[in-house]
Amino acid sequence: MSEPSQAASTLFEKVWKRHLVRNETPETPAILYIDLQLLHEVTSPQAFDELKRRGLGVRRPECCLATIDHSTPTSPPDADGTRHYITEQARAQVDVLHVNCAEHGIELHGWDSPNRGIVHVMGPEMGATQPGMTIVCGDSHTATHGAFGALAFGIGTTEVGHVLATQCLLQNMPKTLGIRIEGDLEPGVTAKDVILHVISAIGVDGGTGSVIEYHGSTVRAMDMESRMTMCNMSIECGARAGMVAPDEFTFEYLKGRPMSPSGANWERAVDEWKKLKTDPGAAFDRLVEIDAADIEPSVTWGTNPGMVIAVGSPVPDRQDPGTLDALEYMQLKGGVKLAGEAVDVVFIGSCTNSRLTDLRAAASVMKGRKVAQGTRVLIVAGSEATRRQAEAEGNFKGRQGSGVRTVLASPLTAAASAITGKVTDPREFLGGAA
Amino acid sequence: MNENAKSMGIIESRTFNLAVDNIDTDQIIPGKFLTTTEREGLGQFCFYSWRFNEDGSEKPDNPLRQHQPGRQRVLVAGSNFGCGSSREHAPWALLDYGFQAVISSRFADIFCNNSLKNGLLPIVVDDNVLEHLLANPDHAVRIDIGNRRLTLDGYGDVGFPLDPFSAYCLTRGIDQLDFILQNEQAILDYEKSA
Ligand code: SF4
Repeated sequence: MSEPSQAASTLFEKVWKRHLVRNETPETPAILYIDLQLLHEVTSPQAFDELKRRGLGVRRPECCLATIDHSTPTSPPDADGTRHYITEQARAQVDVLHVNCAEHGIELHGWDSPNRGIVHVMGPEMGATQPGMTIVCGDSHTATHGAFGALAFGIGTTEVGHVLATQCLLQNMPKTLGIRIEGDLEPGVTAKDVILHVISAIGVDGGTGSVIEYHGSTVRAMDMESRMTMCNMSIECGARAGMVAPDEFTFEYLKGRPMSPSGANWERAVDEWKKLKTDPGAAFDRLVEIDAADIEPSVTWGTNPGMVIAVGSPVPDRQDPGTLDALEYMQLKGGVKLAGEAVDVVFIGSCTNSRLTDLRAAASVMKGRKVAQGTRVLIVAGSEATRRQAEAEGNFKGRQGSGVRTVLASPLTAAASAITGKVTDPREFLGGAA
Repeated sequence: MNENAKSMGIIESRTFNLAVDNIDTDQIIPGKFLTTTEREGLGQFCFYSWRFNEDGSEKPDNPLRQHQPGRQRVLVAGSNFGCGSSREHAPWALLDYGFQAVISSRFADIFCNNSLKNGLLPIVVDDNVLEHLLANPDHAVRIDIGNRRLTLDGYGDVGFPLDPFSAYCLTRGIDQLDFILQNEQAILDYEKSA
């Protein structure tokens, strides 16, 4: 490896520098320019309200993209079109977003849009998420968009207002954390297992104050959906964002999407995007190296996403209060295997795992097999586009629900567990029904 | 300019006590009021379950009845104030209710951040100071934000921690959005060059 040089920069540093409106000082944070703000109905109403209160407008409505995804019922409307919201206030939030977007000229993908979906699934599907962009959204899982080499932050309602009014965000310069993963993943091991492994390796606060860049041959071999799953969960170890340098997979994914550049602009964009990688010799503030061969299908056994074991391993048998509390909550005994524990409900969905590839992966395990008696399976597609495609392929129909004692796992592990009704290693089921 | 943040360099006020530990954000503003789409007027829901019964009638032992709005703009509360789920509605409700600062021996991190972003000043003091304040209701206090000093009439003065940017904003009577707006020229220059 070459010596670290002055001019060499990391992917993060390149994107950061390109968006600096004003550098930080000892007293004041940096002012960062934001290319795209994704809006949804829960965290935006007070932000619009604050703008009105101050007599401010939306600085660049064309840099906003809105959808309704949180307060919206997942069940279909009645024959007369009536939708059943959980509360009247949920309905009001949706209505208010419609009004605000109309008033400020913001593109909204509402009920009638074929593209409506969880913001973090919809943004990439529409090609709104592009390499080198700064992207914000009032939702903690905004880090998802980092899979495209964008710098994407989850922000609070106050900052949603800042960005609406000024197109700028205040940020203290984060630290950089490089996570290098090298080698081939074993069959049955997915991106979800990788990120669970990473979080358990560095701890639930191991990423605090940092922007993570995932790199190495394992990451290069991952499809975009896998990279999104990994970046999405960056915040579970306290990181502000996660990023992956764009490459041919990224360009392939974005080509021809409704909001992607087209024609001559496409070539120009790709040329620019190719520069977005960490230079040889650029140094991260901290580098963690992981061997892909060490990663197994993983599950969480406790109450936070850092409490991870390989699905066939026993849960820890430690006496510290954190472990004891988590074991008690999960009604588990230390030293006993989680595999084989009965599962009542299997949920495949959320912004982490509701993309087409996730649903296909689960389907590959379930094909020709039946869900165990007494186990319920809930599958929610992350967007209307994903739902249509998954249904066309004959995979699923589903609606949302939630569990109580939750075990996080990959869609493969979830599907295998659905078949047996117990926490199950998916490698038993690879290759379809016998 | 944000009214709440206006001329916050010095706060001179009387205190109002809520001598209870672990006042969480759900007590500050109950979850059922969160889906409102406005932030104005949240004061009416502040400490709602302390003040009102389910049916909306006032509780006979409502401790907030003693509060003198306008005169008592500094809340003194037991340890671990603002714990529980993160909601910016909590500082909004406290500000709208008429508080400019909260004094306690410990605050939940997220509450602290949310407060400072919105122009509500959380002041951390040690147990002795807190005990003194709780033992002496309606205490006259002076808060000098720039110098990070809290003066208790007839008791003495103590320092308190405050990050540089919050102090920058509070002493200028601006909030974060005002700060960005003051950099309009830099934003225009950036947009031109981008
Ligand atoms: S699906 Fe994702 S974006 Fe939606 S609430 Fe869950 S974590 Fe947040």
